[in-house]
Amino acid sequence: MAGTETERPRTGEGSRAGDLAGGDLAGGDLAGLEAGLDALDAVPVKRTPLREVLLRKVLPPVAAVVLVLVVWKLLVLAGVTDDYKLPDPSAVWGALRRLWLEGTLFGIVWTSVSRGLLGFLAALAIGTPLGLLVARVPLIRAALGPVLSGLQSLPSVAWVPAAVIWLGITDSAMYAVILLGAVPSIANGLVSGIDQVPPLYLRAGRTMGATGARGAWHVLLPAALPGYLAGLKQGWAFSWRSLMAAELIASSPDLGLGLGQYLENARTDSDMPGVLLGIVLILFVGIAIDLIVFSPLERRVLRSRGLATR
Amino acid sequence: MAPALSTNTSATTASATAAVGEDRAPATGVRIDHVHKSYDGRSVLDDITLDVRPGEFVCLLGASGCGKSTLLNLVAGLDRPSAGTIEVPGGRPALMFQEHALFPWLTAGRNIELALRLRGVPRAERRAEAERLLRLVRLGGSYGKRVHELSGGMRQRVALARALAQDSRVLLMDEPFAALDAITRDVLHHELTRIWSETSLSVLFVTHNVREAVRLGQRVVLLSSRPGRVVREWTVDIPQPRRIEDAAVADLSVEITEELRGEIRRHGRD
Ligand SMILES: Nc1ncnc2c1ncn2[C@@H]1O[C@H](COP(=O)(O)OP(=O)(O)O)[C@@H](O)[C@H]1O
Ligand SMILES: [Mg+2]
Repeated sequence: MAGTETERPRTGEGSRAGDLAGGDLAGGDLAGLEAGLDALDAVPVKRTPLREVLLRKVLPPVAAVVLVLVVWKLLVLAGVTDDYKLPDPSAVWGALRRLWLEGTLFGIVWTSVSRGLLGFLAALAIGTPLGLLVARVPLIRAALGPVLSGLQSLPSVAWVPAAVIWLGITDSAMYAVILLGAVPSIANGLVSGIDQVPPLYLRAGRTMGATGARGAWHVLLPAALPGYLAGLKQGWAFSWRSLMAAELIASSPDLGLGLGQYLENARTDSDMPGVLLGIVLILFVGIAIDLIVFSPLERRVLRSRGLATR
Repeated sequence: MAPALSTNTSATTASATAAVGEDRAPATGVRIDHVHKSYDGRSVLDDITLDVRPGEFVCLLGASGCGKSTLLNLVAGLDRPSAGTIEVPGGRPALMFQEHALFPWLTAGRNIELALRLRGVPRAERRAEAERLLRLVRLGGSYGKRVHELSGGMRQRVALARALAQDSRVLLMDEPFAALDAITRDVLHHELTRIWSETSLSVLFVTHNVREAVRLGQRVVLLSSRPGRVVREWTVDIPQPRRIEDAAVADLSVEITEELRGEIRRHGRD
């Protein structure tokens, strides 16, 4: 069996391809069969038209908001409680108008949003390499893995007192609280994204020569992207929550007026329309960032991999 | 590219390397020499010696769990033998799996281009080469298709194109058509023999399907189970426009199946 025979199997078989085409399955026959098979089980992909998107994705939440407003108005009309506890929706609208006319609305929102985004970016810069290390280095995983998971379930508002004692009522304290809230989410997202990469992809990559850094760049990271994005999304939610908690508790005139301070000021003034407006604005920003940044990103990634049907 | 991929362990190094220099001038094919593999003390492969000559199409046949994938992984360099040597003088072999293993974040064409890029093909040439390979597997219009938009048979054809993009001299195939329906598999057998006949690839094709082995291979090698050993081999000299339903293919399949059954029965008696 050991190859003493040196004849090249190719020789004298040059016409093999031709024979084949004329032989068992004639060329045209095969092409037809193949085309039929491809057409039969290829998965058709269709795009949903804009009208349907509006009807199915935009209309329901708008209707829900309108419903809440109607119920609210009815409760006010029915006089279920005092005016200062449950103001008329129009009073909240009035508070919004006032901020707008004073020209402070955007300033307030921007103060918080810029802090939140900056903190989130810092969390991203720290959480990503941290996640990579935890996922790929067994010793670091053993040491930090449980800590990261634990931190994720610790409400980051618990860090506010410590941050204030260490850093005073400063922007740094705000950022510290954001980081402590968001870094674990981002790192854990990347870890679980990497853990869920099918080993088959890594083996396929290795046979193609994607090892080491090239393997990480061309195979591991793209394969882990969905989990990573889910972590980012959650990281943003945690950043925003932590920031609001920090602004509420550690408010000081030196810090500039953000949404948290606005809410806290409204509480001290017993200004219920202001309180409700603060809540609505915080909710609005959280949802808007998710809708503008994270959801489209996530949907694009999932859809391109055939993981999301809508 | 990596030079000759060889995994050496103390036992057989010297003799194997010497032999290569002497009687195998065209440095392609695969030489598996007295290879053992065990996991946790349990022997999976025992003293496997098997050559795939340059340009040869060898089918490796055996029951499930007999160590076929293990052997291919060793040849592919994904794992190391416990003893013995494996030489692939033509450089890193390409490997095709039962699952297509295409990357879902890339289009069909980009999957192929990634293999080209990792091989060092300049950017400017990649697109045209990928298109050429897609035409070779008769998927000319599918460059921009996502993996999930392709049928099972189309995915395996893209996977074949990606394996060919590595421009290896040796193609290892681990039951690549096992999950396909009979007609699709038939078409792919045809495509594979066509492509093999147009190139100078050496193919080591693993299957548990006797008819498939006889349909495709110039040689069929039967492995026993627990541990995997080479039991017997057949030279298939049915001329290559073969069909899986040919009488000659059927006859040889019956003979090989008998032998395979005997092998499997042996375990029942132990
Ligand atoms: N990484 C591993 N660790 C332990 N046992 C393994 C490993 N890989 C394979 N095996 C064992 O080796 C044997 C052969 O497996 P495999 O090569 O996959 O068989 P086949 O491909 O012929 O079906 C099986 O019994 C399997 O359990
Ligand atoms: Mg297997």
